Amino acid sequence: MSRVLISARGLKIRFGGVIAADGIDLDVIEGENLAIIGPNGAGKTTFLNMATGYLRPQAGTVSYLGRDITALPPRTITKLGIARAFQIPQLFLDQTVMENMMIAAAAQAGSMSAFRHLLDLPQRKEVEDLLDLVGISAYANRKAFELPEGQRKLVDIALALALKPTVLLMDEPTSGVASAEKLGLMDILTAALARQKVSSVFVEHDMDMVERYAHRVAVWSSGKIQVVGPPAEILNNAEVRERVIGI
Amino acid sequence: MSARLLSRWAIVLGVAVAAIFPLVLPSWATLITLILAKGIVVLGIIILLQAGQVSFGHAMFYGVGAYTVAFWERYVGAADLMLFLLLGPVIAMLFGLLIGLFVVRYREIFFGMLNLAFSMVLWSLLEKLYHYTNGADGIRVARPALAGISFSPEAFQYVLLYLTLALVLVVSYAVQRYLDSPLGHMLRAIKSNETRLEYLGISARRILLIGYVASAFLGGLGGVLVAIAQQIATPEFAYWTKSGEFVFIAILGGTANAFGAFAGAAVFETVRFFASAQLANAWQLILGVVLIVIIMFAPNGLIGLLNRRKAGAPS
Repeated sequence: MSRVLISARGLKIRFGGVIAADGIDLDVIEGENLAIIGPNGAGKTTFLNMATGYLRPQAGTVSYLGRDITALPPRTITKLGIARAFQIPQLFLDQTVMENMMIAAAAQAGSMSAFRHLLDLPQRKEVEDLLDLVGISAYANRKAFELPEGQRKLVDIALALALKPTVLLMDEPTSGVASAEKLGLMDILTAALARQKVSSVFVEHDMDMVERYAHRVAVWSSGKIQVVGPPAEILNNAEVRERVIGI
Repeated sequence: MSARLLSRWAIVLGVAVAAIFPLVLPSWATLITLILAKGIVVLGIIILLQAGQVSFGHAMFYGVGAYTVAFWERYVGAADLMLFLLLGPVIAMLFGLLIGLFVVRYREIFFGMLNLAFSMVLWSLLEKLYHYTNGADGIRVARPALAGISFSPEAFQYVLLYLTLALVLVVSYAVQRYLDSPLGHMLRAIKSNETRLEYLGISARRILLIGYVASAFLGGLGGVLVAIAQQIATPEFAYWTKSGEFVFIAILGGTANAFGAFAGAAVFETVRFFASAQLANAWQLILGVVLIVIIMFAPNGLIGLLNRRKAGAPS
């Protein structure tokens, strides 16, 4: 029996006249890749912000393994096992890719030393393997700002993976990645997630990606979850096709 | 020659000059002690600059170090230099912890100005509590013994110089280790992306607080050394122009590594020494011009000039 990892109940938030969430109930189940689709500006990213403590919902709760995390700050939620990758990569641009990754690994391991060299920490090997896995080893010694957008995206995801999370929340993981590389990236990513037993939530606009990689799809529109189900069913739902996919 | 090797040679040369020059010209011993002691304070500024934060009030910790010696001698009695070198930085560190708990909640201009405000409070207290502090006249500091041995004034200036030089080497090494460590890299990460830092499960405030307390420690250490070298502690130690001077030296020297602090302090104090002799009240003019030139032609400071070779020459 798979556990419910993240459970949102009755989430409400509005920004001025825009209702981003109007009573959202959504569960993230262990072992799944849950895709969230919906029109631009529907509130999908807001959900990730509320689930990670970046925004406080005006009503409702988010719990993680039964514990209420609604009022906790991002760093505490991260430590509990929910990691996040961003639509716009959030990196330490002045530092090398390896340094970025080692900071994450040090944080994960609680290695807050003031005297050991960052790059000599015992986590180095794991980090090298992870960079290999995501296919960015060649950039290890480059400063993050020198990387093309697509590679930065990979570093952003790798940073989250270095935290060894239970759940990874990703905001459009393949946006900014060249079309030809999207499938390759998602293959690598889903394999890595499966190997490390990481469940995931990903906000996505590309329906091919959703169909191929999601176990369940939630359709977010007008501040509500319109429907949740397996991709084959959802993507063939006439209303969803019309309102969200625009076909 | 690689930039790294060049930097090493520059450091060896710097240490050699600081150690040997005063033997030839005794009048330089105290000036070089002051340069080194101020460089220690500037190291603290450089730590905070890693996080992109500029403190315009760091002279308060310098003042705390100086007045630790002055008050101790006045109210407790004579003590050994070793005790002062321990006590001054530790008390400054405690001040740093108290003030830091508050200021690390803020960034950039607010961080800078809050530090300024705290330093002005300390300065005012030192000025106004005349009964305890002698106000603007300051408190004279007697020459302490070292490890139980008393020295003549002539010998003591060398003792202090070499002790300071040894401390410089120790703290520079420690600071460089710190900047290369996980905590040091996290400090730099505050400058580039605090959001990501929080999303790695790290408290940016705590990381900055550690850096702040370390920099207060260095401020206190510098204050003890300068008060003893100049044999006086005055409210000027904590005044805002002094804080500005430390920031000035940090920018002048460059903030990429520990060596910049001392290169900057050497140029600053030497220019001031000669310019004030030649131009009396216009020495700030010379320093201002020097800083403008540095910012325009060497934006990474004096040590940036050494590192610049890295781009052109293969290493």
